[in-house]
Amino acid sequence: MKKVYSRPRSLKETHFHYCPGCGHAIVNRLLAEVVDEMDLRDTAICVAPAGCGMLVYNYFDIDTLESAHGRGAAVATGIKRVRPENLVFSYQGDGDLAAIGTAESFHAANRGELITVIFVNNGVYGMTGGQMAPTTVIDQVTTTTPGGRASDQAGHPVRMCEVLAVLDGTSYLERVAVNKPAAIVAAKKAIIKAFQHQLNRTGFSMVEVLSPCPTNWKMGPIEACKWIDDVMTKHFPLGVVKEVKC
Amino acid sequence: MKGYIEIDQERCKGCSFCIEYCPKNAIALSNKLNLKGYFVVDFQADKDCNGCAVCALMCPEVAIEVYRGGSN
Amino acid sequence: MKRLMSGNAAAGEAAVLAGCTCYFGYPITPQNELTEYMAKRIPEIGGVFIQSESEIAAINMVLGASVAGARAMTSSSGPGISLKQEGISYLAADELPAVILNMVRGGPGMGNISPAQSDYLQATRGGGHGDYRTIVLAPSSVQEIADLMPLAFDLAEKYRNPVVVLGDGMLGQMMEPVSFDHITRGETYPKDYILTGAKGRASRMVRSLLFDVKEEEEHNWKLSRKYQRIEQNEVRYETYLIEDAKMVVVAYGTSARIAKGAIARLRQENLKVGMIRPVTLWPFPAKIIQEAAKQIPDFFVFEMSAGQLIEDVRLALEGKGHVHFYGRPGGIIPTPVELYRIISRHYYQAERSRKS
Repeated sequence: MKKVYSRPRSLKETHFHYCPGCGHAIVNRLLAEVVDEMDLRDTAICVAPAGCGMLVYNYFDIDTLESAHGRGAAVATGIKRVRPENLVFSYQGDGDLAAIGTAESFHAANRGELITVIFVNNGVYGMTGGQMAPTTVIDQVTTTTPGGRASDQAGHPVRMCEVLAVLDGTSYLERVAVNKPAAIVAAKKAIIKAFQHQLNRTGFSMVEVLSPCPTNWKMGPIEACKWIDDVMTKHFPLGVVKEVKC
Repeated sequence: MKGYIEIDQERCKGCSFCIEYCPKNAIALSNKLNLKGYFVVDFQADKDCNGCAVCALMCPEVAIEVYRGGSN
Repeated sequence: MKRLMSGNAAAGEAAVLAGCTCYFGYPITPQNELTEYMAKRIPEIGGVFIQSESEIAAINMVLGASVAGARAMTSSSGPGISLKQEGISYLAADELPAVILNMVRGGPGMGNISPAQSDYLQATRGGGHGDYRTIVLAPSSVQEIADLMPLAFDLAEKYRNPVVVLGDGMLGQMMEPVSFDHITRGETYPKDYILTGAKGRASRMVRSLLFDVKEEEEHNWKLSRKYQRIEQNEVRYETYLIEDAKMVVVAYGTSARIAKGAIARLRQENLKVGMIRPVTLWPFPAKIIQEAAKQIPDFFVFEMSAGQLIEDVRLALEGKGHVHFYGRPGGIIPTPVELYRIISRHYYQAERSRKS
């Protein structure tokens, strides 16, 4: 028999620290697969965030820098401008990208920086214990919205793809999910496309990934995957939000 | 047998995504604990695995290797 | 050949000649001439200039450029430097070189745009969170700004640590003749830590998160040992007429120049006043002050703040000598005549108390 699936080469042997059923792990693997398949290991540089995704450098067998919370797009800008021949992507969570790092993300996108942002949206601050994120949906219970997120007090979930779509510097923005097989296949295609936009120097690219966080959603892993379909995608519709000719 | 999988049970965290999405019901939760303290999943060799790799696609821990092709 | 330039512009030209290829900055007075100079100059050498969306973004772009292997700098003034402290802490923790120029203005808060020296403690104590130090260079003329820029980049790379060039609004905006003839790119240091893509080698990670407390402690001690080496090797200062002095002024930057004017007048009246001018504020030239204290009983700290440098002078003296102080915070620039009057009063009082 032929081996049809095995561990991607760009993923170290290290065991993931993520909780059972965490979408981060799936996104990490997809990125490693894409790096392998597009033959980018030699040139890829990853910028890791603060938050659950911060330990990606323990997993990716590519050059990786850990950035301060929210500053991924600014750091990636510095790297990419010095090394335009490298593939530079930042890996960021919702708090990182859409709260503390909004300015850096927005302006990197506006300048059309030739970087790719992998934006893992799980609607909570995972590493700090499940507080409200900018993408927490209305009525979602978190440790800092114990009665559910109320828009009059805590605002509304931020749709970053749509926010960035109005900027002329962005060339590819897609929202995907990693909650079922077909969605994962689509997520991988989106990452490939985003990298192609960077390699073709078309503009700023971002893939927003709706990702289960069973631990902080206080759900079982399967239930969390269903919740993405039933609730999260109502606030965050899947699909290509913006694509200019590549 | 059209295919089979190998599960690195030390990586498994028992999230059961593979069980949920296996079209052949060829994976089941076992009562074995790994070193991390999770009940891990087992491959059911008697079921009709065809090596479709959906389990590996879903597995967050990259704990599954998939084999497919002629008879064993 | 000498050119008439502002300190801000001279800093930019010297940085470029010293091999700086990346500048990231955000407008704030009194350092805008540097950002504007770099906007023109950096493209000429094919480098990277970005007017960032914030000071925070600028320092993080510096971090990115530095980890990619380039000589990178940013500049700002007080309020903007406060915003940069996050990134400076990360640069120190990641052991990445960078040069940060602060043309200090009156503070705290928004303060004003007049020259001040009120960021001394922020600069010399690290400034951000955690156990770290930045090397701090304090020029006192436009020429010295130009002279110190290559050193700033060299020290940053030699020790893989952020270096702060601490000027003030006066140094930044006044124009003086300045020569760049002697300014070249300094030494080349091995860069086996930068991120280039993992072609043909193991992948690298640059990080400051160390969950393991033992690892974090060892990292802190490693930094600490590095700071000890810097303290041993990189102290720089100027002495001025201290051989026969009965009183020594300790002042840096613009204050030191004002003090020189005051000392010239004092000497005309045969008051034996000299000066020690720290060029590195950290590492602080404590030894020369200790040495001087063996002969000289009185030290006169003069700074454009309510009293920050005086802490280091007191620490250096370890209780010896008598410390006098004159400070003008808030953006006031004292005149040499004003300082001359104050020092002469202190001088005579000290003389009287020695006799009695």
